Amino acid sequence: MTKEQLGALFSLMLQYVVPTMKIFCFTLLWSIPLGMIVALLKMCGFKPISWLTNIYILIMRGTPLLLQLIVAQHSVPYLLKWDKCPSFIHSLLDGVDIRSSGYTFTMLLIAFVLNYAAYFAEIFRGGIEAIPKGQYEAASALGFSRLQTFFRIILPQVIKRVVPASSNEIITLVKDTSLASAIPYMEIMYIAKKQVPTYASLTPLFMAGAFYFIFATVLTLVFGYIEKKLNYYK
Amino acid sequence: MSMLDVKNLSKSFGDLKVLKDTTFNVEKGEVVAVIGPSGSGKSTLLRCINQLERADGGVINVCGTDMLIKDQKGRTVYADAKTLRNIRLKTGLVFQNFNLFPHMTVLRNITEAPVCVLKEERSKAQEKAMQLLKKMGLESKDKSYPCELSGGQQQRVSIARALALNPEILFFDEPTSALDPELTGEILKVIKELAKDGMTMVIVTHEMAFARDVADKVIFMENGSIVEMGAPEQLFGDNASDRVKQFLTRFNS
Repeated sequence: MTKEQLGALFSLMLQYVVPTMKIFCFTLLWSIPLGMIVALLKMCGFKPISWLTNIYILIMRGTPLLLQLIVAQHSVPYLLKWDKCPSFIHSLLDGVDIRSSGYTFTMLLIAFVLNYAAYFAEIFRGGIEAIPKGQYEAASALGFSRLQTFFRIILPQVIKRVVPASSNEIITLVKDTSLASAIPYMEIMYIAKKQVPTYASLTPLFMAGAFYFIFATVLTLVFGYIEKKLNYYK
Repeated sequence: MSMLDVKNLSKSFGDLKVLKDTTFNVEKGEVVAVIGPSGSGKSTLLRCINQLERADGGVINVCGTDMLIKDQKGRTVYADAKTLRNIRLKTGLVFQNFNLFPHMTVLRNITEAPVCVLKEERSKAQEKAMQLLKKMGLESKDKSYPCELSGGQQQRVSIARALALNPEILFFDEPTSALDPELTGEILKVIKELAKDGMTMVIVTHEMAFARDVADKVIFMENGSIVEMGAPEQLFGDNASDRVKQFLTRFNS
């Protein structure tokens, strides 16, 4: 490949960084709080809720993310065709244009968020359960309300405990965004694959690889720094 | 004036009766030591009074406020949530394992509850916390984290934390049992000073010499019941029951 070709390819691929980042950022933005809610639901004393949450987590962790992405993408047309579909869902979905890029992105995001929330939920649950009972008892004896106890005493300690496992999950997400190319959604992986025959070269794939590598490495360094910062207490 | 009235308190864990008909009271300024073998229900007694366990039956009155009563139909009922909360603020509890908040500095550990629960101004709460730390001999440790302190220092911080809410009555659940023998002295000294200041205290302890020295009243518990109760001279003297004598000899040997 000539220098000009490389430059053209690079600037082309650069345009697809944004869609990749969009999946990454929005998935984190929604799946982390949702994961916390799911974790609390799973620990809920009311058994049916905890069982339902458990089934959701089992399905999300037990089936491929790629499959979930494809199912989400096909869900709306099939729901509309289904004759037993509740009317409120029907009217909600009726105006949806399944060919628009907005639809593709929304369904993609829903699948990513539901999948990652399940993983985060298990991490958070582990973190919450690792907090000694004495912390709750001390808070209660000092008169803290349940909400105050959770947000002031428990959550800050949970965050420190879950940073290592969460950073693993977040770095996996960087690479998992490439699954969106199969839908297809136009992000880095998609364009790299498409450019291989055009240039008769593997360079587009290596460029994409370099992007994921740099992104993941930067995150590794950032999380290493955060872990160190949180090490002010044991 | 009675600061704590406990009548016929009972509590079971499953089939195991941990407390049976426990009755005692604590007067203002009185220091009560609770002694007895492990598993005799001493800690459960404290935990029921401090609302960490729900009692099954009996009556508890703290500082003149009913916490647990028998209604007309003879059922055991707790006071409403607001009253329970107010009672909680009148009582302080010091744990065997300190249970300090590890992510907060020493100063923050002490000021968090006054600021969040009593809505005190932070600067005022800090001022008071520094006075308490000085009293505990820890005025230079305000910016330390609990993990940087020795066990004895941590326990003194947790006493300061409990005192920051100005409790009317302070409970200690084996405050020196998690400490090295050479560190227990500093805690006992602090408790003695509090006794001198007129603090009402109930102390579950295995430190017999200390109980004898500081307590106005000693309660000996076994199998969930109060076996003997009286002045230290009585329990540690020759007139004590054989069971108490037997228990004490094992400690002294």
